[in-house]
Amino acid sequence: MDVWNYAEYGAWALSAVFAVLIILDWIKTDQTYSEEVLTSSREGELEAMTEEQHRGT
Amino acid sequence: MADFDITSKERDGMGPHGTNVGLLRVLGPAHVWALGVGIVLVGEYMGWNFGVAKGGAYAALIACWFAGILYTCVAMIDSEVTSTVAAAGGQYTQAKHIIGPLMAFNVGLYLVFAYTMLEAGNAWTVGYLVQTVAGMAGHSGLSDKPFIVLSILFLAWLNYRGVLATLTFNLVITAVAFISIVILFAMTVGNHGEFSLQHADLMSGQAALPYGWLGVLAAMHFGLWYYLGIEGTTQAAEEVRSPARALPFGTLAGIMTLIIAATLTWWVCVGLMPWEYLGISGVPLFDAARMSGSQFLVVLLGIGTLFATLASANGCINDASRAWFAMGRDRYLPGWFGAVHPTYRTPYRSIIFLVPIACLFATQLPLDQLVTFSILSGLLEYTFMPLNMILFRRKWPLDTIKRGYEHPFHPLPALVLLALCAVTFFAVFLGYGTQLVAMIVFYIVVSLWFHFWRYRFVNRGAQFTMPWPRPKGY
Repeated sequence: MDVWNYAEYGAWALSAVFAVLIILDWIKTDQTYSEEVLTSSREGELEAMTEEQHRGT
Repeated sequence: MADFDITSKERDGMGPHGTNVGLLRVLGPAHVWALGVGIVLVGEYMGWNFGVAKGGAYAALIACWFAGILYTCVAMIDSEVTSTVAAAGGQYTQAKHIIGPLMAFNVGLYLVFAYTMLEAGNAWTVGYLVQTVAGMAGHSGLSDKPFIVLSILFLAWLNYRGVLATLTFNLVITAVAFISIVILFAMTVGNHGEFSLQHADLMSGQAALPYGWLGVLAAMHFGLWYYLGIEGTTQAAEEVRSPARALPFGTLAGIMTLIIAATLTWWVCVGLMPWEYLGISGVPLFDAARMSGSQFLVVLLGIGTLFATLASANGCINDASRAWFAMGRDRYLPGWFGAVHPTYRTPYRSIIFLVPIACLFATQLPLDQLVTFSILSGLLEYTFMPLNMILFRRKWPLDTIKRGYEHPFHPLPALVLLALCAVTFFAVFLGYGTQLVAMIVFYIVVSLWFHFWRYRFVNRGAQFTMPWPRPKGY
């Protein structure tokens, strides 16, 4: 076992840490917020608002 | 409504139509530059030099500049259309508004395939670099897989956590990689000793154009590699503070940076290595540094290679996830992918979904196949652009919509782009005809699936969001 073998194990371990961080947050987010909120993004919001401002609404 | 500020801290991202979770508008022109150049600059560090094997050093330079013209047209067209269609999805959203749903579906897939394959290729390269360093240190048999997986997961985590940190990270590492090329050029040009540049000796006689003009044509395939991905700046459209200013500025500054970097790279590499060796080198700039005789340059270009690779993978994750997200939001794909993280304001499900796919490609496919499928998808996308541009100007002439940028000489850039795409298709067919045919068959099959099945789920009314007048002639 030399430093490169440790580096291999370290890379696997760090990969697992990042994967766990992402998955835990994903599960937590999906459980905390409703699907309606999570998928409420709409394209062109800024443009639509600018248009409304031009029309003086 | 008049005093409503979408970028205010109090109501950041809150739209006027009941929307409460959207992508965050926090990016500036420098981030756009970092996204575009970051994806591409790895092409200067590796890949472009296979064109030297096809036709010699001069062929690679001709390909470099012809591809430079092609991508300047791409950058100008993108700058005009995206500064007007400022939404995530980039060319997918452009196609949706200007041509139609089937074109948009195809373009969306081109984007996701091009970026995911390129991301996989970059991760593969990170593994290869670590293996090479271990080999130089006397360790053999190191597995590249943990480093491939780590690079994908680290960058996916960064992307998941927020776009500002992701692209600020890209800005720093891309700047280091670019400055490394400039330093290599400055130090080798100034070197008149044993390791000086030998252009006259290395490029004369038979070495000038070893396979004649057919070699020049064949080199066009790899000429794309100097710039492939600059069009990715458009994916930031929904997250920049000022799309009309930042997108044209970042994109056009990006293509200028790349033409400079490509020319410097070519000049240094062909002056230090014979074309027979340069054409098969895995990491030509790093090899050039090793041949310069400077230990400082070896370390600097080693870091530059790693940073360029990571920046490219990082930008690819950003872009592929935005295209996938935009298609999900419009129900071209399941709406589940159209979710935005309420805290980090990123398309988190799209980011997660593409991670295992990138890992699978990077660990199971050879690099040349990854690169070829990425280039083919990119090329199909570039072929769509001139048609898109001509239709955009025809349906909405300059006096009907205010653009953030109006590109000059229309329709010349569109026609030049179309002609260069035709030449490049032929060049790709010479080397990778089977893959080209396979990819076109794939897109025909998925188009049929979309037309006969998937289109019934699309949000047909809600997908056209731009407050534009009715198109001319309709």
